[in-house]
Amino acid sequence: MSQAIPAGQKWWSGGKSPFNVEYGKLMMWYFLMSDAFTFGAFLISYGTIRFSSNGWPDPNHVFRSFPIVGEMHIPLAFVSLMTFILIMSSVTMVLAVGNGHAGNKRGVAIYLGWTILGGIAFLSCQAWEWTHLYHEGAWWGRNPFLNMDGSQSSTNFTNFFFTITGFHGFHVFSGVIINIIMLIMTLQGTFERRGHYLMIEKAGLYWHFVDLVWVFVFTCFYLL
Amino acid sequence: MSEVHVDAAGHAEPTFSTKAIWRTFWILLIITVVELVLAIVYYESHFLPKHFLNGLFVIGTLAKAFFIVAEFMHLGHEIRNLILTIAIPALLFVWFIIAFLWDGNSYKNLRNNYDRYHLEQSQKKVEQKEPEAKKPGAME
Repeated sequence: MSQAIPAGQKWWSGGKSPFNVEYGKLMMWYFLMSDAFTFGAFLISYGTIRFSSNGWPDPNHVFRSFPIVGEMHIPLAFVSLMTFILIMSSVTMVLAVGNGHAGNKRGVAIYLGWTILGGIAFLSCQAWEWTHLYHEGAWWGRNPFLNMDGSQSSTNFTNFFFTITGFHGFHVFSGVIINIIMLIMTLQGTFERRGHYLMIEKAGLYWHFVDLVWVFVFTCFYLL
Repeated sequence: MSEVHVDAAGHAEPTFSTKAIWRTFWILLIITVVELVLAIVYYESHFLPKHFLNGLFVIGTLAKAFFIVAEFMHLGHEIRNLILTIAIPALLFVWFIIAFLWDGNSYKNLRNNYDRYHLEQSQKKVEQKEPEAKKPGAME
């Protein structure tokens, strides 16, 4: 579904943006692609180690707790809440970008605010999950969980879990900071004076990418 | 397909359709819920071979990735050259995943073949201990 381009338009003859996007946005795409390979390398090394191991802990057993109600014995309930929060914040981010296109400063600010809240909610959930696992005895170099077949497991599971979700959480954290800066700039009218809200789009691309990575982290650690 | 307005400097301004955004949201949500239900039912009853289920999870994940990139990140509405400049390098992942998982699997087989002690150790069941009393400060 590519865009309709006027026939005979010479994109590569100079003076135009051949990809029909602004320079910064294109570079954001390339940055995200390189970041995708960083995350890909992490997740694939996790997969390689898992394939090379005779046993692995059962994620349904490890991730079954929920704050306040404790051991609900509904596996994955909490992580699905986290996934929902992140998808929801992605939606509000698109709505902010959409409002930016319409030049609606108030709408941009409102939806950016919701996106920031979603990001903070996600980080809080992750902080709770890490604390909970830490108190169960899991940390870098420590793994209290047995393999699915009841044999002794190595620390590979916890090492990869904390490293990769930590790296992702750090991305969410920087995304929240970027969005807060965007919100301040919006409220100060910087984009209004500039005449366009392209900056919001670039921040949005980054935010969706964080959501995208979570989809893969979710599958690799919690489902497979 | 979205309408595109190209200004004099060559910047496209695609119009956003709120309907498409919410449609994407529902698709993502439904795929996630289906995956969760499958995972939970499997945990309770082991009704399907895990390998088959894993295949479904991977397909679901790729579908979600497609919708996020194409709709939320709007790549599906950019011009084709831009789509290709992102999509073709991403194809490297096909090799990346196959090669490395294959390698891990091969390492496991070789090690189990040549290091019998490792194999025996990894098959030994850990005796179940009585659940310990909650340590002070433990979270619910």
